[in-house]
Amino acid sequence: MGRAPSPFATKIPYEEKDLKVIGSNPTARGDAVDKVTGRARYASDIKLPGQLMGRVLRSPHARANIISIDVSEAEALPGVKAVVCRDDFPDMEVEHAASGELMVNFRDVTRNMMARENVLYDGHPVAAVAAISDAIAKRALKLIKVEYEVLPHVIDVRDAMRPDAPVLHEDQFTKGVDPKPEKPSNIAARMESKLGDIEKGFEEAEIIIEREYNTKPVHQGYIEPQASIANYTEGGIAEVWTGTQGHFVFRAQIAKLLKMDLSKVKVIPTELGGGFGGKNNVYLEPLAVVLSKKSNRPVKMVMDRDEVFRATGPTSGTNVRVKMGCTKEGRITAAQAELNYQSGAYAGSSLPLATITVFTRYDLENVSVVGHDVTTNRPKVAAYRAPGAPMVAFGVETVVDEMARECGMDPIDFRLKNAAKEGTQTHFGPKLGPVGYIQTLERAKAHPHLQEKLGPDQGRGVASGFWFTLGAETSATVNIGEDGTATLIFGTVDVTGGSRSAFGMIVAEELGIPFEKVRTMSGDTSALGFNFMTAGSRGTAAGSMAAVTASRKAIARMCEIAARKWEVEPDQVVWEDGRARPAGANVGDFEPMTVAELAKEAAWFGGSIAGHAEINVAQGGPGFGTHVVDVEVDRRTGGVKILRYTLIQDAGKAVYPEFIEGQFQGGAVQGIGTALNEEYIYNDKGVLENPGFLDYRVPVASDVPFINTEIVEVPNPDHPYGIRGIGEVPIIPPLPAIANAIHDAVGIRLRDHPMSPPKVLKALKDKMVEDLASRGTAAE
Amino acid sequence: MAKQYVNTTINGDNHELLCDPTQTLLDVLRDQLDMTGTKEGCGTGDCGACSVTMDGVLVCSCLVMGVEANGKKVETIEGMADGDDLHPLQQKFIEHIALQCGICTPGLLVASKALLEENPDPTEEEIRYWLAGNLCRCTGYHKIIEAVQDAAREMRGA
Repeated sequence: MGRAPSPFATKIPYEEKDLKVIGSNPTARGDAVDKVTGRARYASDIKLPGQLMGRVLRSPHARANIISIDVSEAEALPGVKAVVCRDDFPDMEVEHAASGELMVNFRDVTRNMMARENVLYDGHPVAAVAAISDAIAKRALKLIKVEYEVLPHVIDVRDAMRPDAPVLHEDQFTKGVDPKPEKPSNIAARMESKLGDIEKGFEEAEIIIEREYNTKPVHQGYIEPQASIANYTEGGIAEVWTGTQGHFVFRAQIAKLLKMDLSKVKVIPTELGGGFGGKNNVYLEPLAVVLSKKSNRPVKMVMDRDEVFRATGPTSGTNVRVKMGCTKEGRITAAQAELNYQSGAYAGSSLPLATITVFTRYDLENVSVVGHDVTTNRPKVAAYRAPGAPMVAFGVETVVDEMARECGMDPIDFRLKNAAKEGTQTHFGPKLGPVGYIQTLERAKAHPHLQEKLGPDQGRGVASGFWFTLGAETSATVNIGEDGTATLIFGTVDVTGGSRSAFGMIVAEELGIPFEKVRTMSGDTSALGFNFMTAGSRGTAAGSMAAVTASRKAIARMCEIAARKWEVEPDQVVWEDGRARPAGANVGDFEPMTVAELAKEAAWFGGSIAGHAEINVAQGGPGFGTHVVDVEVDRRTGGVKILRYTLIQDAGKAVYPEFIEGQFQGGAVQGIGTALNEEYIYNDKGVLENPGFLDYRVPVASDVPFINTEIVEVPNPDHPYGIRGIGEVPIIPPLPAIANAIHDAVGIRLRDHPMSPPKVLKALKDKMVEDLASRGTAAE
Repeated sequence: MAKQYVNTTINGDNHELLCDPTQTLLDVLRDQLDMTGTKEGCGTGDCGACSVTMDGVLVCSCLVMGVEANGKKVETIEGMADGDDLHPLQQKFIEHIALQCGICTPGLLVASKALLEENPDPTEEEIRYWLAGNLCRCTGYHKIIEAVQDAAREMRGA
């Protein structure tokens, strides 16, 4: 989001047609063989001749002023080739730009990649070293002397909002408040989203429920730590190999931060070992470039796992209040929320996305949402799969569950009664086009999962999720080889290996050639026009629009070749079933020509065949999903076991259905991790205590069951094949669905995340005390 | 510290190496031998991305020192396929879409192979517990378990 829709943005209307390739499940997936043999090259697998190894010195303090940095001893260590700190990077003015689903401010980006006046979190980079070995680079870090003035810090979002809280930024006055506040505070911005008349809505309500929720930050937990290699030449050219979700955006940020021309920076995206929004931001890249420049050698930098946790963006920790009202018949009349999102050390959380999408699942007349973006002494937050949405769905979807129970209604029926549909006015602006939310609810209701009997301490929960799909700048090239095979060069990042094959299927469908005759590959920043990041579920949805556009241009060129050969006008040639044919009998009796035949003659008739797309895609179609989960609560340990899980989501059109199922399953399991285990734990000094996979517990294979999936297909009207983004919705419902299931199982409502054994045990104990007390009262 | 002589067999090939005693087997594989198929996800034995076998025993190569490989037989992902013929597990991982980003895949394949060598007919639960040391953040494990089950069936000739 973050930018207004362009009137020049591309929409290609949906056309229903018989499909030959799209919707099949190819076994010759483009990336898979290299990934199962260990050949696939990720950033840390790349080695350049003469490369040095780079390391980062990080702040041990949550908040401190930097009095001085002395690198002289480190520089003198044999084998050290360069040391950089704040003095090696130009300061930046305030300037905002989109970076994935979140906005960045270059004044903060430069400070986050390398501290200037102060450090604002445990793990904040203070200096970096390049040396002939990793061991020497690590030794050099210990020789850098940093004098800190340690200052009071604040970790929790509610604490940070108090008037007496330590203020991170003396120049930060809450935006969105009129008049401008007199004093600076940690509240960077206040935002609102409103529809109808909220007071009238509550007056009409017969049941009103108001609850407060708190969530801890969770990390994307990609298994590949950040890694980059930079090669800065004496000619002033920088090449950077890196694991990124958007190499063009990284190029732009590197160029801006280092005051270089865009044309002198080339970013080559490597295979990506997971991102989930966490690889939308530069961390190592500018450091590696400057170290390379200073040392006249290529520099490779790879984060350790603890650096990933301490210094790359997790999600916001949040404090959320939800108040909703409905009639006894189950019609929601009012929906209100206050969202307090911590952004970490610098302003700019996922709050704008949460604020505008919090209630979008329901057809509502009266909505009021107020949100605050709050700075705290934690790493700057990054996007994480539907950024901001799971924590707010935790509140809304559990309040909806409570309302359904109060009304004596089934939670799915309650949702059906209020479901968003075509024509629903959202509180964030547009009216919805055709969407598949109702279908996901109906399919959930009919699913055999609901017939499964539940035992003692077992319960069932339902929740739904919504996420939009980004469009944005997208470019691609289709080259037709002299033998009639096709190569698509795409500029989005294929973050999980699915879009590469989806694009291949789409090009094959368009050209009318077999999938095996299309190869798709990623192009670096010099190969194509600008591509926005793979973020906001846009990878396949937007990338395929460019693939279609480029294919159609290649087809136009092939029709031109046929026309030249047949000596007719280009508009007298049509493309059908992979062949150029005369448009009608009156054109002449010409034998249709295949791609291979046309490719062979292309040179004579004007040159080789290619099609380019440089478009700004309007949008990728909103997505909705409904999840049903069964849990069993262990009353002795407080452990929650997931027994059964079913996920139903609208994909618009499933290009590669089995892969979509895989994304659904992966998103659901990430959501299960968020719900039950994952959290950032800081000590009283503001130091992260669990920066590793042993103590930051992501789900393992034995934690989860098989995840049942069903795909609903309500075509996106603005996409030629009806595709919607699908990547993010699956992570939204698990947290509330599991909370609802725990309540169904043992009667406790958990509103503090994560719902880990100690919290479950405490709630069970509190409930027992409460039950005993009320029984005692009844007995009197 | 002086480097030590190490004589080890990796995927059937003999290697004579000089290893720094502080170097892990993972570092030796990736940095010294350029065998980058084995991945590093954590360096602390928590994620399983660096799984290899040493004398048939499944280990995290980040927790084994390079010098410990002296006189041992190490098997890595690079040795799993037989020329152009993928191992049934590799084939089934592709067919079942048991991989997305692929960073955990080499470790999962090595670990699954070790499982099937010990237990050719594992239950779903046995597979899930055996692979509990191999983190995957993309797939939710569903298709990985299916792929291992299917490969086990095929390898048993069932």
